[in-house]
Amino acid sequence: MSMHRIFLTVNGESRRVAVPSNMSLLQMLREELALTGTKNGCAAGECGACTVLMNGEPVNSCMVLAVECEGSEIVTVEGLAHDGQLDPIQQAIIRHGGVQCGFCTPGVLMSARGLLNRHPDPSEDEIREAMVGNLCRCTGYFPIVRAVQEAAGMAR
Amino acid sequence: MSSSISRSDKIPSPIGVSVPRIDAREKVTGAAQFADDLQFGPSLLHARIKRSPHPHARITRIDVRRARDLRGVVVVVTGEDFPGYIGLYLQDRHIFCRDRVRYVGDPVAGVAAISEEIAEQALDLIDVTYEPLPAVLDAVFGASREAPLLHPDLGNYIVASFIFPEPGTNISNHFKIRKGDVSSAWPQCAAIVEREYRIPHIQHVPIETHVAIAKVEESGKVTLWGSSQSPFAQRNLIAKSLGISQSDMRVIAPYVGGGFGCKAGVSMEALAVAIATKSRGRPVKLRLTREEEFFTAFVRQGLVANFKMGCDQDGRLLAMENRFLWDGGAYTEYGVNVTRAAGYSSSGPYEVPNVSTDSYCVYTNHPVGGPMRGFGMPEMHAGLEQCIDELAEKIGMDWVEFRRRNCLKTGSTLVTGSKMHPTGLPECLEKAAQAIEWGKKAPPSAPNLRRGKGLALMWKAPAMPPNAGSSAWVRLNEDGTLGVGVGGQEIGQGSFTVAAQIAAGALGVPYEWVRIATPVDTQYSPYEWQTVASRLTWSMGNAIAAAARSAKQQILDMVAEAWKEDRADLDIVNGQIISYKTEESMPLKDIVIYGLPKPDDSGWLGGPVVGRGSFMPTYVTGLDKETGQGERAVVHYTTGAQAVEVEVDMDTGRVRILRAVAAFDVGKAINPDMVRSQMEGGMVQGLSTALFECLQLKGGVVQNPSFVDYRIATTADVPPEIEAIIVEVPQDDGPWGARGIGEHAMVPTIPAVANAIYDAIGIRVGSPPFTAEKVFLAMLDAGLVK
Repeated sequence: MSMHRIFLTVNGESRRVAVPSNMSLLQMLREELALTGTKNGCAAGECGACTVLMNGEPVNSCMVLAVECEGSEIVTVEGLAHDGQLDPIQQAIIRHGGVQCGFCTPGVLMSARGLLNRHPDPSEDEIREAMVGNLCRCTGYFPIVRAVQEAAGMAR
Repeated sequence: MSSSISRSDKIPSPIGVSVPRIDAREKVTGAAQFADDLQFGPSLLHARIKRSPHPHARITRIDVRRARDLRGVVVVVTGEDFPGYIGLYLQDRHIFCRDRVRYVGDPVAGVAAISEEIAEQALDLIDVTYEPLPAVLDAVFGASREAPLLHPDLGNYIVASFIFPEPGTNISNHFKIRKGDVSSAWPQCAAIVEREYRIPHIQHVPIETHVAIAKVEESGKVTLWGSSQSPFAQRNLIAKSLGISQSDMRVIAPYVGGGFGCKAGVSMEALAVAIATKSRGRPVKLRLTREEEFFTAFVRQGLVANFKMGCDQDGRLLAMENRFLWDGGAYTEYGVNVTRAAGYSSSGPYEVPNVSTDSYCVYTNHPVGGPMRGFGMPEMHAGLEQCIDELAEKIGMDWVEFRRRNCLKTGSTLVTGSKMHPTGLPECLEKAAQAIEWGKKAPPSAPNLRRGKGLALMWKAPAMPPNAGSSAWVRLNEDGTLGVGVGGQEIGQGSFTVAAQIAAGALGVPYEWVRIATPVDTQYSPYEWQTVASRLTWSMGNAIAAAARSAKQQILDMVAEAWKEDRADLDIVNGQIISYKTEESMPLKDIVIYGLPKPDDSGWLGGPVVGRGSFMPTYVTGLDKETGQGERAVVHYTTGAQAVEVEVDMDTGRVRILRAVAAFDVGKAINPDMVRSQMEGGMVQGLSTALFECLQLKGGVVQNPSFVDYRIATTADVPPEIEAIIVEVPQDDGPWGARGIGEHAMVPTIPAVANAIYDAIGIRVGSPPFTAEKVFLAMLDAGLVK
C-alpha cells in the first residue's frame, strides 16, 4: 500500500500525517491522531456516529479517504468546545437529556453543528431531516431535536 | 415519635431531583472512553474469527498451517486448545467449536496478527472441512420428535437449579404453571379467544459494536477490557472455562455504547481471552464489524406463542392456557431464563384464577438468544394484550373497562400463587387512558387515512437468580467530597448519576460532591451481579445507600463522642455535621480523614472514613417444578401502561404514530427527568420493533445484516412527542421506594400499536412488525382495499 503525506487542519491545528491510500478519515482521526471522540459504528456510512465537519459540512468520516482531506479543515467533537466553554449545541443536548450511552453523541453534535452553520434557524422538520442519518438507540430522538431547536434559539 | 425519626424519614435532596447526568460533559466533548478508544500501543495484536458458514455441521478437519505461516500472524487457535464449557445458566458451549458447528457464524478458529488486515487474510488460509447435518430452523419443528438432536450431551451439562432441560430432546428448559383447573373453567366462559403469534428475531443494535481486548501476562494473570454489562459475570465464567482463578482474572469495563442486553453475560469476550492465552504478554483486540454483529451477537429470540383465554359475561378473566416455544438458538446463554420469566409472568398483569402454561426453550440452528430489554415480556405481551382486546370486544366491553376489572391490584393473587405487592397499575391505566383521550375519536387528517387508538398494560419482574447481589463502598476525601465504588455499569440508562444521587442523599452532601470510581474494574470495584434486569437503581441503590449510611454512622459516632452529645441529635446536612441540640456545625472535610481530638486532649478519635454496603434479596423462594407455584417468585414487579394514536394510510399501508403516552409505576423516581427519558427512549425502541424490525433468517443465514436492510427508527419515524407519566407507589425494599424502569418502557408498545391499528381499520395484523407492506396486504386480504 503506497503511503501519502497529507497536510490538513484538524480542530484548528495544522497537521502533517502519513497515510496509506486506503485509510479512511475516520481511521486517520482515531488511529493516527488518537482523536477517539469520533466513533466507528458501522464503517459503511449508515449510522452517522463518525460524523465530522469537513470544510464546514458534515460528512461520514468512514466514507472519506484520508488522502481526500489534503488541505481540508476538519472539526471533530473534540474541537467543538473552546477554552472549556461548551458549544451551545453541547450545552443544549445536556440540558435536554439528549445523551444516554453517548456513543452516537459525537456524530449527532457534529451533524447538528453543520446544520446550524448553514441554517441558523431550522424548523422542526428541517432538524429531523438533517439528523435522519444519525442513528440513536437510546433517546428516542426527542431530546436531540429539542436541543437543536434550543441551540438555534441561543444563537439568535 | 421523637424528632430525630421525623428528620431522618424526610426524603433528602437530591433524591427525586432531576440533576444533570454525571457523565454528560465527558460524553459531549468526546472525552468519554469506550472500549475501542483505549490505547494499547504498537504491541497490540488484532484478532479475527473464522466462522461457520453452515447452520449445522460436523467439523471433520481443521488445517491452520497455512494461516500460521502467513507473515504477521502471531497465533492461530481452534477448539482443540480450549476443552472447557461455558454458559451462564446452562453450560452448553465451548469458546471455539470442537466437533460441531450449530449456527452460521459459530466460531471455529481465531487468528491474532499484527494488523486486522493480515488477521482477515489468514482466515482465508484456514481450511475447514464440514459434514453438513440436517438443521433445525424453526422452534416448533425443533420441539418435535422428528427434529435432529442438536445437543446429544444435554443431560451432562452443568445447569442452574431452577432450569429444567429435557435430555434426549432439543428442549433446554421447560417451565410449567398449573394453577387452578383450566379445563373445568372453559365451560363457564362466555367468550373464549384462541390465537397464535409469531414474534420474529430482532437485534439489540447498540451503536457501539462489541469490542474486547485481552492480555495475559507471563505470570498467567489475565486482564480483559470490554464493552460489558457484566464484568463480574465475565470474570467468573471465563475464568472457570479456562481454568483460571477468579483472583487472577481482571475485567475492566469502560463506558458501554448501548447494551440493551446484548453485552450481558459472556458473548464474544471469551474469544479474545482464549486467543490471548496463546500470545502471552501482548494485548489482543477483537472488534466485531457491524455485519459480524448482525450475524453473531445475541438476538432477541423468536417466539411462537399460543394463547387461549376466556372470561365470563361480566368480563372477569376465568382462564388462560398458554404455550410458548422460544427459538433459543444454538446455545442458551440466557434463553432458558427468558423462558422461565415468561412462564411465571404468563398471565400478563391480570388476576386469573385458572392458568396453565408451558414455556419451552428450544435449541435451533439460529443465532444465540440473549437477554434483550424486556427479557421475554415484549414478545409475550405482543400477543397477550391483543387477545385481551379481542376478548373484551367479544363480550361487548370497552377495552379500558375490561382491563380496569381484571388488572392486578395490591393484594391480587398472582399466577404463581403469591400476592401482589402495592402497585400503581390501576393508576397507570387511568392516566394513560386519560392522556390519550380514550373514547374520543378524532377525524383522520386526510381522506386516505384511518385513525385509531390502542392501549396495552404490562408487568415485568427483574429476571435473575434469586440471590443476585450488589455491593458498594463510599470513601470520604480530604475536602469532604465522596468517592463511590460500584460494580454496576453505565450503559446509557444513567446508573452512575443515580448512584451519585443515592450516595449524596444517604450521606447528606451535595450531588456535585460525588465522584463515581470509573471505569468499573473487578480488581477495585465492589461486586455486582450484572447490569441487567432493570435492577441497579433498586439493588445497587440499596447497597450504595447502606454504604453511605455506614459512613455517616462512623462520622456521627465519632462526633458524638468528641462533642459529648447524643448521636440522635446529630445529622449531616449539605456537607456539614450539625447538632440539632446545640446548633453547632462543622464541615465534613475537617474530620473525615484526620479524625477529631478527644475532648480532654487525651488522644484522637476516628480516622479515614470508608463505608461499605451490600444488598442481596433473601426472600425469593423456589417454585414447584410441576406447578410453578410458590411463596414468592420474584423480588417485585414494575407495572405500567402505554397508549398510542395512529393513522393508517389506505394507499400504502403505512402506519404513522401521531402521539404516544406512557405511564409507569416506578415506586419513587430518584431522577424524574431520567425516568421520563427511559420511558421515551424505550417506547421509541418499542415502536421501532412494532413497525420495522425483523432479523430475517433464511436457511439459518441472516439476510439483512446492515442498517440499510435492518431498519431501526430514525428522527423521521418518531411521533412529535411522548407524554411520559410517573406513578409512584413505593416499593417496600427499594431505596426511598424506587424500583426499576429501564426495560419496561418497551414492553407494551407492540400490542398498543396493534390495538390501535385494529381500531383504525378493523383488522388484526397479528404478528409484528407492522410494516407498510404487511398492513397493506392484510387490508387487501380483508377486501378493505383493492
